[in-house]
Amino acid sequence: MISLKAMRSVRPSTLAIHAALLVGAIVMVGPYIWMLLTSFKTATEVVKVPPTILPDHFQWGNYGDVLSLLSFKYLYWNTAFMTVGRTLGQLLFCSLAAYAFARIRFPGHNVLFVLFLSVLMVPFQVFIIPQYIIMQHLGWIDTMKALIVPGMFSAFGTFLLRQFFMSLPRELEEAARLDGANHFQIYWRIMLPLAKPGLIAVAILTILWSWNDFLWPLVVINSGGKLPIAPGLALLQGQHSTEYQILMAGAVLATWPTVLVFVLLQRHFVEGIALTGTKG
Amino acid sequence: MRTPGVRVADVADATRVRTRRGLFHPATRERILWGYLMVAPMLLGLLVFYIWPVVQTFYYSFTRWGAFGGSTWTGLDNYSTLIHDPDFGLALRNTALYTVFSVPISIALSIVVATLLNQRIRGVTIYRTLYFLPVVTMPAAIGMMWKWLYEGDYGLINSILRALHIHGPNWTTDSHTALIAVIIVGIWSTVGYNMVLFLAGLQAIPGTYYEAAQIDGAGPLSRFFRITMPLLTPTIFFALVIAFINAFQVFDIIYMMIGAPDNPGPAIDGVKSIVYLFYDHAFHLNDKGYAASIVMVMFAMLLAFTAFQLWFQRRWVHYE
Repeated sequence: MISLKAMRSVRPSTLAIHAALLVGAIVMVGPYIWMLLTSFKTATEVVKVPPTILPDHFQWGNYGDVLSLLSFKYLYWNTAFMTVGRTLGQLLFCSLAAYAFARIRFPGHNVLFVLFLSVLMVPFQVFIIPQYIIMQHLGWIDTMKALIVPGMFSAFGTFLLRQFFMSLPRELEEAARLDGANHFQIYWRIMLPLAKPGLIAVAILTILWSWNDFLWPLVVINSGGKLPIAPGLALLQGQHSTEYQILMAGAVLATWPTVLVFVLLQRHFVEGIALTGTKG
Repeated sequence: MRTPGVRVADVADATRVRTRRGLFHPATRERILWGYLMVAPMLLGLLVFYIWPVVQTFYYSFTRWGAFGGSTWTGLDNYSTLIHDPDFGLALRNTALYTVFSVPISIALSIVVATLLNQRIRGVTIYRTLYFLPVVTMPAAIGMMWKWLYEGDYGLINSILRALHIHGPNWTTDSHTALIAVIIVGIWSTVGYNMVLFLAGLQAIPGTYYEAAQIDGAGPLSRFFRITMPLLTPTIFFALVIAFINAFQVFDIIYMMIGAPDNPGPAIDGVKSIVYLFYDHAFHLNDKGYAASIVMVMFAMLLAFTAFQLWFQRRWVHYE
């Protein structure tokens, strides 16, 4: 950190710093505010020239329209179900494999770990066609299983947690080992509770990715009632391409959950990103 | 019942100490069994959904798909078609332009923002929150939001331009401006992520360096370029690699802002990316063999670029 004396000499420029940051902040938040304001306007007010800033009269009805148009209730449920399924799956499977890689020596563990790492190099579009064909063979097209099951496995999550497990002290495990605990018991009773920050990071990244996932649901879901929210927005836009008050109400409904979770759990988000940045 | 002596050996087992017992010792076998059991679910999932599919996609890229399923081996046909496909040329050009403009600008801006936020000022958390918002917002919604901002007649951007007596273009439907529009959104939505990386990088720089520079009479600019930038190069390198890979796969915002394959907007040729072309062929035109060859070429390019960056980093990244 800069010393106190240095700070004083910089003082006049503090104002300039705030000015620059404020301009940036307006550019970052402006689109959200405009989305929110538009979502409360009437169809005629939306196309007014020059535009009004605040709605003449708050049209809460736009939200009702979207909810009935797209049956958003189901979209929420689909998205939540998909997100919870993928996240729980990843937390369990990633942490199990991560523990084994971090703490158990077994023949071939290096080869397997390199195999896992190599998956990280591949852009996800490479997996999509075969995954789609697997879903067809299993008869899972247009089902929740297609949305959840492939998303329960992640080389990245395994890698992240393995790094985290490696950084934990071994003393507690050794004590448990002396008491005759087996590897699964050590994993379940000792490592998992200690690895909470790592698990939270994986959960947050999975939730974020899953809630906002677009391409895969677009591919495996054909019927509107089974879509998650992100591709649901595409459907909404296809049907009401010029009714921006409706579209913006839909976008607000789609985005507020992740924004709210982020604002509440901000520290964990930033730490999770920083974790991937320093160790990924 | 095992003797205490064996248990002590187990402890050695759980730690890094190499055991000299044979593979058939009961404790060793138990350990190995647990290792495989715990890796098994993830291994199975990755093999089925991720590892084997890479092999399959590679195989599909040498096949042609019939209208009613079934595929025939066509050798390198897809790849030779690809080289002469004007659409692929467009996609490559658009993706390259998007990447070349959005990545460096986003990284440069985020370094500036992170540096400003790293000063002792009030409201750092609030600024950080606001700049980070697009990172947690779904790209599909970001696309919709910006499509409305860009709207030619009633959009906010052109309304502001009109107030300044400038006639704004139809950003997302004019092929001259559509790519610029997408690049701006790309920058806007990634600044926050990079900013967090750089903030972590900046906070890892020891303050004593700055104090020493201060004593030597270095001004703020020379401190930034002589201390901050060199020490930030490992973070810049990481951010560059990640941003590059992500930018190369741009899809969602194009789909939402410019047009879907079944209803492409008038400006789509000026914007369609490699992944857009891949999606179009795989799931709209149902030409999965050709789509596989597109995505394999993209994969090869990403590997080559990443390898190049790994090699080139030795020339500019300073590790302490």
